[in-house]
Amino acid sequence: MEDNKKKVHVKNLKKNFGKLEVLKDISIDISEGEVVVLLGPSGSGKSTFLRCLNQLETATAGTIIVDGTDVTDKHTDINKLRENIGMVFQHFNLFPHMTVLENIMLAPVELKKMTKEQARETGMKLLKRVGMDAKSDAYPSQISGGQKQRVAIARALAMNPDIMLFDEPTSALDPEMVGEVLAVMKELASEGMTMIIVTHEIGFAREVSDRIVFMDAGYIVEQGTPEEIINHPKEERTIDFLNKVL
Amino acid sequence: MTAIIQTYSSMLLGALGKTILLTTLSLVFAMVVGMIFALMNVGKNRFFNCIGTIYVDAVRGVPLIVLAYFIFFGVPQGIKSLGFQNFRLTALQAGTIALAMNCGAYMAEIIRAGIESVDKGQMEASRSLGLSYGKSMQKVVLPQAIRTMIPSIINQFIITLKDTSILSVIGFPELTNIGKTISGNTFKSLQTWAIVGLMYMVVIVTLSRVAKRIERRMSRGR
Repeated sequence: MEDNKKKVHVKNLKKNFGKLEVLKDISIDISEGEVVVLLGPSGSGKSTFLRCLNQLETATAGTIIVDGTDVTDKHTDINKLRENIGMVFQHFNLFPHMTVLENIMLAPVELKKMTKEQARETGMKLLKRVGMDAKSDAYPSQISGGQKQRVAIARALAMNPDIMLFDEPTSALDPEMVGEVLAVMKELASEGMTMIIVTHEIGFAREVSDRIVFMDAGYIVEQGTPEEIINHPKEERTIDFLNKVL
Repeated sequence: MTAIIQTYSSMLLGALGKTILLTTLSLVFAMVVGMIFALMNVGKNRFFNCIGTIYVDAVRGVPLIVLAYFIFFGVPQGIKSLGFQNFRLTALQAGTIALAMNCGAYMAEIIRAGIESVDKGQMEASRSLGLSYGKSMQKVVLPQAIRTMIPSIINQFIITLKDTSILSVIGFPELTNIGKTISGNTFKSLQTWAIVGLMYMVVIVTLSRVAKRIERRMSRGR
């Protein structure tokens, strides 16, 4: 089946929080290696959509298939699935009681993917990749926001995931630190990682993404290449939004 | 006063030892009880939530002295009536159960508050890496919760130590009970109770000083 070849296949996804309908009807397919940016006003459901993909939020209705596995199926081992989907959060969510390196080693060691030595070695490699190897023994409270987010990216990569989800990764950062985080993400994209990114960085979206998806009020309003969406938006709401943020 | 100390020193110290034994035993069990009910309360399972709430409400709603009477006199009578004629509880056993239940309920609330004080993003980050709920609790949430819990836990330790005196009513030979015996024998109430009070105070003040030090060291870490 064609759908199963897609990295992510979402069909008629709905999500309610009590009476509030946050996602009304979302269908989208994402291919391997594709970099997709979700744009839209706050409250449009971008983050909720992202969080449904790894079941941090359970879908109210619809189908989500990631790597051929039905995420919404009760019999799916959700922990196993999550190992394959890295997630980066707006507020980093590093573990403050562990050093930078320990943050990265936690999952591989606890999930018995690696011995402590292997995890340490892999951890240092990942830290090097995000330019944080010099701070491996620091605690999260001792490093800057941009550095925290780079460590958080390294942590999400530790289980060697196929897909990376980014939930407004630069929104909580001081302006001068945004660049260093985007640079790491850009490199990741160039290496062929499948990435789904919620961001307000239009410049970054234009430069790095293969596709931009514009969401509003729980629906996908319009999607296309960065050129199509940013330079030639068709829908009223997209035009309206871009006028405000550009 | 010196006469009492000279005559009864070994008895008083022995009783203090019993008080500390009872406190320690109760606290160990209370930690276990508290952890179990706290985890029941913070989880998403309605059934466990309900059990946890009922336990905490029930135990907090009953005075310790009533709970002690119930366990020491009531429970053995009930079990005997079921046909277990040889069943009995010593004062130490009953006292430990009563105190552990009582302290456990308060401990459950302290631990629950500690867990809830940890940012939700911590659990989410851990789960997103593929760790189970239990592992995330154990490795990520609880180690952070314990930091905020320590002052309240130490406070609860001290309350429990003082509460052991209530168990003199079921005849456990702890410090207050022995105090009663001595003052009855000597008719020197003023001196006896001053000594007993002083002994409690020394232990508790020492304990809280040590606690302060631990607390300071832990907050310096981060």
